[in-house]
Amino acid sequence: MQKYSGFGLIKHAFSHHENWQRVWRNPKPKKKYDVVIVGGGGHGLATAYYLAKRYGVTNVAVLEKGYLGGGNTARNTTIVRSNYLWDEAAHLYEHAMKLWEGLSQDLNYNVMFSQRGVLNLGHTLQDMRDIQRRVSANRLNGIDGEVLDTQQVQELVPIMDCSSNTRYPILGASWQPRAGVARHDAVAWGYARAADSLGVDLIQQCEVSDILIEDGTAIGVNTKQHGSINADRVACVVAGHSGVLANMAGFELPLESHPLQALVSEPIKPILDTVVMSNHVHGYISQSDKGDLVIGAGIDAYNGYGQRGSYMTTEHTIQAIVELFPIFSRVRMNRQWGGIVDTCPDACPIISKTPVDNLFFNCGWGTGGFKAIPGSGEVFASSLAKGEMHPLAEPFSMFRFNNGALIDEHGAAGVAH
Amino acid sequence: MFSIYCPHCCEYREEEEFHAIGEAHIARPVDPDALTDAEWASYLYIRKNPRGLHHEQWVHAIGCRKFFNITRDTVSYEIKETYKIGEAPAFVA
Repeated sequence: MQKYSGFGLIKHAFSHHENWQRVWRNPKPKKKYDVVIVGGGGHGLATAYYLAKRYGVTNVAVLEKGYLGGGNTARNTTIVRSNYLWDEAAHLYEHAMKLWEGLSQDLNYNVMFSQRGVLNLGHTLQDMRDIQRRVSANRLNGIDGEVLDTQQVQELVPIMDCSSNTRYPILGASWQPRAGVARHDAVAWGYARAADSLGVDLIQQCEVSDILIEDGTAIGVNTKQHGSINADRVACVVAGHSGVLANMAGFELPLESHPLQALVSEPIKPILDTVVMSNHVHGYISQSDKGDLVIGAGIDAYNGYGQRGSYMTTEHTIQAIVELFPIFSRVRMNRQWGGIVDTCPDACPIISKTPVDNLFFNCGWGTGGFKAIPGSGEVFASSLAKGEMHPLAEPFSMFRFNNGALIDEHGAAGVAH
Repeated sequence: MFSIYCPHCCEYREEEEFHAIGEAHIARPVDPDALTDAEWASYLYIRKNPRGLHHEQWVHAIGCRKFFNITRDTVSYEIKETYKIGEAPAFVA
């Protein structure tokens, strides 16, 4: 793999940037792998990378139905934070945050991780009590966080209407300075390139049609394009389609797929240098490096697989954003789209063994998967390499719904569902 | 935006008046104490999540406030029918 550097950029300028190496190979699948990962999104690619890099398992294939990073990795609003309430979730997301902090160097790929801070606004007395509780819990877990009053919020975001003349006046906020945003496509591409260079086969346009099971043990997968591919361990990381794969293996998951939508404006000059989220009025917003305002909405309450959201939800979100930022009322919106999020009843993911031996699932990230990509990939890779769940992944077993040990993160999940 | 026919009001109304509750036809276990943990989890948490026809419960939240069922395609979002609780759906996957 050619190493990317500033010097390389200058060198290639002399040949008009026409001799760059292909970013990854396009291999034919082998008959047998140590680990087959189904799903080439951020989580799947990160899993492959850490398997090869940290756990020495390089005989790995990633099977992707479409193209790499073309699902929710390409559709989210790129916010990265770790200010979750409960210990289990906080440790997992903070594990991811620490990996984010060195990710560009680790992958030799600029993921444009920008720690510009995230504000979670409070609009009611109860909001503020919840914020105090969550920030205290974060600090006990070694995660940075502060409770800000209205005046401090106004100083951070001068263009926001923090007056008492709004329908839901801002009473304060939680503030995580280490949080921020990253370039979503670069995360998928960076992991893919780094995994490929370590020998992982990335196989695109390869749809899994069945999971091969013998005596209650997974031994591989059937694919539509390349026939059967055997594997010692099969890992499914397919977000919204997890239920379909679970059915192939003969069990059910407590997941429901909902449309979650986002929209971006035309690019404008730099005006917002942090991320503002509000659970109460329900909208969140940041400005990308390109200049567009990136706005996220809530999920539609009904189940859906049609990657689009309802106009009702769009309108509701825009109302909230314009209430917070009257200055944006005449900014034109460029695009609106939806992704399919697989939500769990407790708003926490499933990283787990399954009733089938050697078959592992990593799913149910719901509305908060992007921020977790490095951590999720790292703990899942460890679990796949050792055959035993990583301690940070242990609480996220799919069997927690049987024993009642749920991790209720609806408050910190950011998007109501 | 859906235009939903409320079988109680016998009128088409806009989606904003309604709220989706989730999967329909989930019967409460007759004898909860007799269930295993897995069966109880199945009743509480396991939901059908089909690509295609889905029977789901909705409430006419800011209309008549009554509950009813919808059969809807989860890919095309086409509403096939609405029917009252206790009635059987005409469209079945």
